[in-house]
Amino acid sequence: MPFLAAILLAMRLDEGPSRNAADAAHPGFTLRDATAAAGIHFVHHRATFDPLIAGIEPHVAAVGASVSVADFDSDGLPDLYFTNSRFGEPNALYRNRGDGTFEEVGALAGVAALNRPGDGVSMGAVWGDFDNDGREDLFVYRYGYPVLLRNVDGHRFEDVTEKAGLRHWINSNGAIWLDYDRDGKLDLYVTGYFRDDIDLWHLKSTRIMHDSFEYASNGGKNHLYHNLGDGKFEDVTDRMHVGSTRWTLAAASADFDGDGWPDIYLANDYGPEELYLNDHGTRFVLSTAGLEAESKSGMSVTLGDAFNRGRLDAFVTNISERGYIFQNNNLRLNEMNDRRRFRNVAEGQIADAGWAWGAQFGDLNNDGANELFVANGFISASHDRNYWYAMSKIAGANGRLFEDAATWPAFGDASLSGYERSRVYLNRGVAGWIDVADRVGATDLYDGRAVAMADLSNRGAMDVIVANQNQPAVLYRDTPDAANHWIAFKLVGTRSNRSAIGAEVSIEAGELRQRRVVDGGSGFASQNDRRPHFGLGKHEWVDRVVIDWPSGTRQVLTRPQIDGIVTITEPTR
Amino acid sequence: MSNVANAVAPPASLLQRGWQRGSSIDPRYLIAFLITVVLVVAQLRYHMVGGYQRLFLSLAVCVATEALLSWFDRGKVVNLLSAYISGISLTLLTKPQGGAIWPFLIGGFLAISSKYVLRYRDNHLFNPTNFAICALLLAAPARVSVLSHQFGNDVVTNLVIWIFGLIIAARVGVLHITLTYVISFLVLNGIRAAVLGQALLPELAPITGPMYQLFLFFMITDPRTVVKGKRPQIVVTVLIAVAEMLIRVASDRGWPLPTAFNAAPALIALWLVGPVAKFIDLRRLARRAPPSLSAPAPAR
Repeated sequence: MPFLAAILLAMRLDEGPSRNAADAAHPGFTLRDATAAAGIHFVHHRATFDPLIAGIEPHVAAVGASVSVADFDSDGLPDLYFTNSRFGEPNALYRNRGDGTFEEVGALAGVAALNRPGDGVSMGAVWGDFDNDGREDLFVYRYGYPVLLRNVDGHRFEDVTEKAGLRHWINSNGAIWLDYDRDGKLDLYVTGYFRDDIDLWHLKSTRIMHDSFEYASNGGKNHLYHNLGDGKFEDVTDRMHVGSTRWTLAAASADFDGDGWPDIYLANDYGPEELYLNDHGTRFVLSTAGLEAESKSGMSVTLGDAFNRGRLDAFVTNISERGYIFQNNNLRLNEMNDRRRFRNVAEGQIADAGWAWGAQFGDLNNDGANELFVANGFISASHDRNYWYAMSKIAGANGRLFEDAATWPAFGDASLSGYERSRVYLNRGVAGWIDVADRVGATDLYDGRAVAMADLSNRGAMDVIVANQNQPAVLYRDTPDAANHWIAFKLVGTRSNRSAIGAEVSIEAGELRQRRVVDGGSGFASQNDRRPHFGLGKHEWVDRVVIDWPSGTRQVLTRPQIDGIVTITEPTR
Repeated sequence: MSNVANAVAPPASLLQRGWQRGSSIDPRYLIAFLITVVLVVAQLRYHMVGGYQRLFLSLAVCVATEALLSWFDRGKVVNLLSAYISGISLTLLTKPQGGAIWPFLIGGFLAISSKYVLRYRDNHLFNPTNFAICALLLAAPARVSVLSHQFGNDVVTNLVIWIFGLIIAARVGVLHITLTYVISFLVLNGIRAAVLGQALLPELAPITGPMYQLFLFFMITDPRTVVKGKRPQIVVTVLIAVAEMLIRVASDRGWPLPTAFNAAPALIALWLVGPVAKFIDLRRLARRAPPSLSAPAPAR
């Protein structure tokens, strides 16, 4: 009898919780698909490569849909930039009109025609004012040569890649701006995926894939470029010891250990995550921090204060597919200050978001705690044919079988973790995170890649923009509980970089604590609204705001005006 | 000449003496040694356990269940090495969703209790770990997966496991089973690839993976659940390989099978064929034996 009971119990546990918790019925916000109403008609087209790898092209070309947010025309409204990945298909710059609609101005601005034979195809972009002239510049990373586009006058951009010394072939899926040496100028960290010597349109060999399913280290080298301040960048990768050759899909930066210097966190595909601690701007040290104990397939990394501890934790997405693999997402609590490590506390629903890609923390209901939006789904093609069985043949193979694209079973029109729905995790504190995507209205089944959050109408709501692979982009308008208060900050650096990238803002409102960082790239192939947004719940005032500027300056404000965006300029001395 | 030869014959080498001594050791000790080697190598180099609480829970449940059930069943606690082997192999093979540890609890219980529940003529029919992992995969596919990927793809690590595995299989007297399965897999899936017009290497690749190492050295060669006699063992091994090949054909064709069949065809093939073969074998032996010997054996 106990024997049968054990089997029945396993079957019951397979079904998950018998009913959702009561608070899932009232998440306190809704997400409405407002893509068409906003005039956003962007459709991503995936790349095509050398016929040598035609058999697994759907896999190799399964990235490139990105979205990044910045106010490029300085009108006080966040604009959106999407990348495309097929030769001849334009990238798109959507200017925010302020009335809930956008106009596409990519071609006029000179940031659209970036997918050309010989140059490569776009994989993503990050905004940052590298020359501190008050206008947001754009760095586009590609499978190919990256492009640095200087914002000339808030309307037009000029290509300054060659002049900046950045025209080096990198098969990159990610980049972040950071000021690693705190000299007030934005530096650039560019991640490599395929090796730099691989031209995916003119392959010399099919041995281009990962040399291990779990500890691959034959990927493209990551590069750190130091901003010299005269429009030029210097490659300081080796000097700073940050040239990881793991297959980095995403990077994020913040001061994790509280020493005042920005560190770098990497999510690596087919490998363990890596944390590079900044040693006073002189070099980076690869720290173990408990990350090496779990090797998975890091697809993205986003930073946020998961449990209102006043620390920036890391959420790293991974791959899960029922019956085949449960790599499980990681929610790593930052314990660097005391225990010098990150502790993975992901369990239950938050651990499994399918084949998860980009994710972002954001207080969608303005209750003072971060929610998590996770995009997912890898390749949606045939409803009848599934590549997972074929994948299982090669995933366990030892030797050089996995490394050789020619050894992989051909994809044909099979799906691989296709038609997955996004997850929206409601933060219930110690009660855990619960998926409320269906209930709040995030119901699309696209192959999500990049997720960005932005208050597109300056109304205290974190709208969600999702770039989908080979599919249309989606804009979800957030409607948070109107009874909750909020505050956001527009930061202007003076001694620090003008974009204030790397600034960390902490607020205290009664017992509520929350910390955010101004990101120079976050999640997967994405970048959020530059203005840190805080939900306050029922708190009607903020006691204290502490801003740790990248320059090392600490600024403290008391009782700022709430329910609005507060502009703060860094003290000049 | 022979006298001269005798006079100069060297004493048995250390290796020979070790080999001879090995044959007198209870096979379970050798298998326990091997699984410990696999565990230590996999964990130290690749952190494959995924949390020590999983290992401790698996071992604790397996050992406790074995002790309890054997005491109830036979009035004494049997040797717990078998439970130790099951606990470790279950830990290595089971990959649960999120931080769930219940699969190790239920899996450990199912593995050991299957020996006491699913038996015929006082012999258990299923390899305990094989039964448990297949039961979990079939009953809870949304929460449990099986180790289906590499141990880091390191040649040295794999060589260590294969060398130890083959030596111990030879000492335990089941090397022919391991080799028969490897050869059958290569031949049958080579034919399958040719018939279905598929590239050869991807079809042969799975056997190089760690799931197959555990399958070949700890499941299909389990001395307690294989049939008696070298020739019948070879026949049954080929049948299991045929069953796996047929499952793979069905998967290739996209037939609607439970995910467990696609994810772990070798394990499922053993789960389907092994107990039937063992049952028939026990029945055959009972019929052949004199009446006095055909009664169920007392406690082992």
